[in-house]
Formats: sequence, structure tokens, C-alpha cells
Amino acid sequence: MVKTTAVQWLVAAIALGVFFAAPWFLPHNMTQLVDVMVFILIALSWDMLGGQMGYNSFGNILFFGVGMYLLASIQVWAGGFTLAVYNAAEGGDLASFTVDTPTFVASLVVGLLVVAVLNFFLGLLVGSQLLKMRGHYFAIGTLGLGVAAGEFASTMDILGAGSGMNFVQPPRTLELAPLLYFIGLATVVVFFILLRWLYSTRFGFVMNAIRDNEDKAEAMGLPTAQVKAFAWAIAAFFAAIAGGIYGSSKNFIDPTEVAFSGTTIGVWMLLMTLIGGKGTIWGPIIGAVVFQLFKEFFWTFLFGWQRVALGLLIVIIVVFFPGGVMGGFDNLRRKLGIGKSTAEART
Amino acid sequence: MSDAEVMLSVSGVSKHFGGVIANENISLSVRKGEIVGLIGPNGSGKSTLFGSICGYHPIDKGSIKYRGRETKKMRTAEIARLGMVRTFQQTHVYDEMDCVRNMLISRPVRSSSVRSLLHRPNPDDLGRAEELLEFVGLASKRHLLAGSLSFGQQKLLEFAMALMNEPEVLLLDEPTAGINPTLINGLIDRLKQANERFGVTLFVIEHNMRVMMNLANEIHVLAAGRLIASGQPKDIQNDPRVIEAYLGGH
Repeated sequence: MVKTTAVQWLVAAIALGVFFAAPWFLPHNMTQLVDVMVFILIALSWDMLGGQMGYNSFGNILFFGVGMYLLASIQVWAGGFTLAVYNAAEGGDLASFTVDTPTFVASLVVGLLVVAVLNFFLGLLVGSQLLKMRGHYFAIGTLGLGVAAGEFASTMDILGAGSGMNFVQPPRTLELAPLLYFIGLATVVVFFILLRWLYSTRFGFVMNAIRDNEDKAEAMGLPTAQVKAFAWAIAAFFAAIAGGIYGSSKNFIDPTEVAFSGTTIGVWMLLMTLIGGKGTIWGPIIGAVVFQLFKEFFWTFLFGWQRVALGLLIVIIVVFFPGGVMGGFDNLRRKLGIGKSTAEART
Repeated sequence: MSDAEVMLSVSGVSKHFGGVIANENISLSVRKGEIVGLIGPNGSGKSTLFGSICGYHPIDKGSIKYRGRETKKMRTAEIARLGMVRTFQQTHVYDEMDCVRNMLISRPVRSSSVRSLLHRPNPDDLGRAEELLEFVGLASKRHLLAGSLSFGQQKLLEFAMALMNEPEVLLLDEPTAGINPTLINGLIDRLKQANERFGVTLFVIEHNMRVMMNLANEIHVLAAGRLIASGQPKDIQNDPRVIEAYLGGH
């Protein structure tokens, strides 16, 4: 047990080192690196419900999108502009809304925290209602959330309606991508440590109990409703930060194609978790990195067919590698007869 | 009749599902320290009554009191936190976790606050978990996934989990169904020990009459949703209404 933990921390330290050094090795791929951090965050966030608690949620995209719009709005407000005026401006006029570097950085960092906290409460609110449903009903119900939010944002003039919303332009002297990357990395580290601790407490045990047999958990007096809502609130906290970073990195929010995009990020967060292995803490991280590599490969070499290739990848994973990368590790370890299986390692 | 405290009191409880009368005007009580049996042919409403008592569905009429406190409006988990816990006819265990973790999750819950869950399992819980797994004879299986156990072993695990929860009243829905006949004697013994050693009041649904005669101080008989007889095991065994219900036209 002690040994396994030591090995895990060693792996974590190496991974952290690699992630920390990555911007120096791939200076021309900063946007893609920022995406990796965003993907890790939303995959870990999705796994809290889908993997650890057995609730397949398509709803995390709600917090992702709300986080994005909220951060953009906070930054507009922090720059001293009026949201309606800002969003009514067109094309070249946007260039007149400039802010200095300290304001921009402060509004980004503090804004992300505020956005996260607000989404935590949104998660509690939505979760306490939606999580009364189970199984397929829950999945379909959450699917509606993202769609509804996208349509709603498309009608809100103050948010730029259907034509979307620009983030406040970063000052010319500021390198935004590395900043976003390291904010993302710091958030990943915090989320990882939080989850490792959470999954070792009785709270984590109850999440697993809900996954395995919710009726039994209730019959034994466990506060399942509270645990479900809080778990979703924590997931929402980090999904919102991911959304804020992603929007800031893309610099533009389209209500249905970027913020509440059920067919891209909404599905990808699930796909990444499956690739890595759901219900594990390393699975979503590995899955996010592997997914980004595949995605970039497909978009570069199979352009025009990239979505077909991605679709095939989904089918192959679900059929041949239902346990993902972590499941593969498990099988290998069992064949070699070393270490513990993931199921035991969770103990 | 003993004068011990009435733990559970069911009075005038009716439950209909559409036109089907599952329970009709049922009254009975369970006193502290007793082992009370509930028997009746298939479909006579035994499990429905357990469901009503434990808050699985609202009842149409009547009152259910746990230690004098009305529970008919409470939810299952709230009732369990008061100290009344049930097991299921079909096994309900946490399949993807090993036996020890199944046990650790089952430690007593007295509060619904999330903060009370934010700590790691303590060593005392682990000790008690191992002790109870030993008690039901699953010590050697403790690191196997609960889902990989046989049906009978899952029943034993569920019994151990229920004891881990330290209930005052434990409702057991057919504890010996699916268990190897040679193990049944051992199980009866353990049920009695749970009652004597741990002071758990038992309310048991059971089809196996031999088990019931060995175990219960008092037996209630249901047929077609109605309570047709209550009394000592030896009286019940010879009651013409009971014989009629089991062997006759129902």
C-alpha cells in the first residue's frame, strides 16, 4: 500500500515536470497545450459523476458554457465597459475597448475564481433537482440542459445573441497563451490533489456506493441526495474554470459551437474519460492527452475526414477497450502478476 | 407478552397498487429484543409491508411508529438513520468494491451532513469490519469484489453489512433463501447471536418454516394482504387458518 502510493506520487511528480516543461519544448503549439489543460479539467470533472458515481451526465457542458460567458462578462465589467454597449459594438470598433495588463490579468484570475464559486452553487441547485432522476432519464435530462442553455444564450442580446461574444482583447504586450496554460496547470494540480483526498474519504466511498447500488446506499441511511448534489457542484466548479480558460484562449464565444457545444466538447469530455479509463483518477488525465494527440493528428492528416476518424475511434474504444488505458494496465498487471488491480488499489 | 419497549408499531396500515390489495388494515408490533417472524404465501404482501415500514412507498391508510415516532412521511435513509434498517430479498451489495470496503461504507450513519463524511475510515471501523466478516464466515473472501461472490455469500455479506450499521431493529427479507442447506443452521445461529450478543431486535420474513420455528418468539401470518394470525410458533403451526392459507386455495 505504502509502496503503491509512493510510486503514484513519483508518477505524478514526473507528469507535473513534463507538463511544466512542455511550453519550452512546444512553443508553437501553445493553443493546443492550453486545450490539453482544459480537456484534463473537464474529463476529471465528468468522471466524478460518470465514473465514480455512475451518473452519465451530458450536463457538465452547462457549467463550461456558463463559466465562459461569465468570465467574459466579468472581464468586460472590470475594464470599465458596459456589457450591452460592448456586445453591440462591431468589428473594428472592438479594438477601442482596451485594458492595461494588470487589470486584464487580475480580472482573469479573480474572474475565474468568482465564476467557479458561482457555478458551484449553480451545480448544487441544478443537481439537487436533476439528480432525482436516474439512469437514462438523467442522461437525457442533462442532454437537454446544454441544448436549452445554448438556445437561451442565442436569444440574449446583452450576450451578443446568436452572433456570439468576444473576450476583451488582451494587451498587445501580454502573452496570453502561456498565462492561460499555467493557470490551467495550477488548477489541474489543485483538482487532482482535491480528488485524491476526496476519493479516500467516506464521501468518495458513498459516491462509489451510489454507482454500485443506490437503493442499498439509501437503505443504509447514507445521505445520497446531498452527496450527489455536492459532487456535481465540485464538478461544476472545475468545469466552469475549464470553460473560462477555453473561451479566453479562443477569444470568441459562439453560443452553440463553442460555449454549449454538445457535439464537440460535450461528447469529448466523455470520450476522453473512456479512452483513459473511467472511475480512475489517472484515466481522465491520460485520456485527455491521448485524445488531444489523436485529434490533432486527425485534423492535420485526415482533414475533411477528421470527424469520421474520431467516430471510428469511439467505436473501437467502446468495443475493444471498454476499460480504457487504465483497464489495459490492469489486465497487463494481472497477467504479469504484479501490483494490485485498480479495483483493489481503490481500497 | 413481555413488557419491553415497543420498537415498531404498525397500526391499520393499508397499501393498494391500483386495484391490487397488497396490505389491508394490518396492525402488529415488535418489542425490543424480540425476534418476530412474518410468514405467508408468495404474493401475500410481506415485502410490501417491509417497504411501507422502511419508507419505500407512501401508505394509503394507517400509521407506522418507530419508538413512538411517526415515520410514514419519512424517507428510507432518514428511517435508517433512526436505527431501523432492512436487507433485501434479492441481494443488494456494492458489486464493484471488495467486501472490506462494502463493510466500511456500512458503518453507522447518524447524520445527513456532507461534512460528517469528509474523513477517512478510522481503524476501529476496519477492525469491526474484519470481525463481522469473520462472524459471517467471509473472512477469507474479504478482498474479493462483492459482485464476484455467489448469491449465498452475498446474502451473508449483506447480513454483515447490516450488523455493521448497528441498527436497533433489523428487518430481514428472506435471509436464508438461496443459502446452502448446510449453511442455514449456521445462519440461524448467527441471527440468534446477533439478537443476543449485539442486542439487535429482528423482524424476519422467511419461507422456510423450520427456520422460523427455530428462530422466532412470535409469528405473524399474512394471506392475500391481510393479517390472518399472530402468536407463538407452536400455535401458529397448528392454526387451521394458517394451514388453509398455505395448503388451500390461495
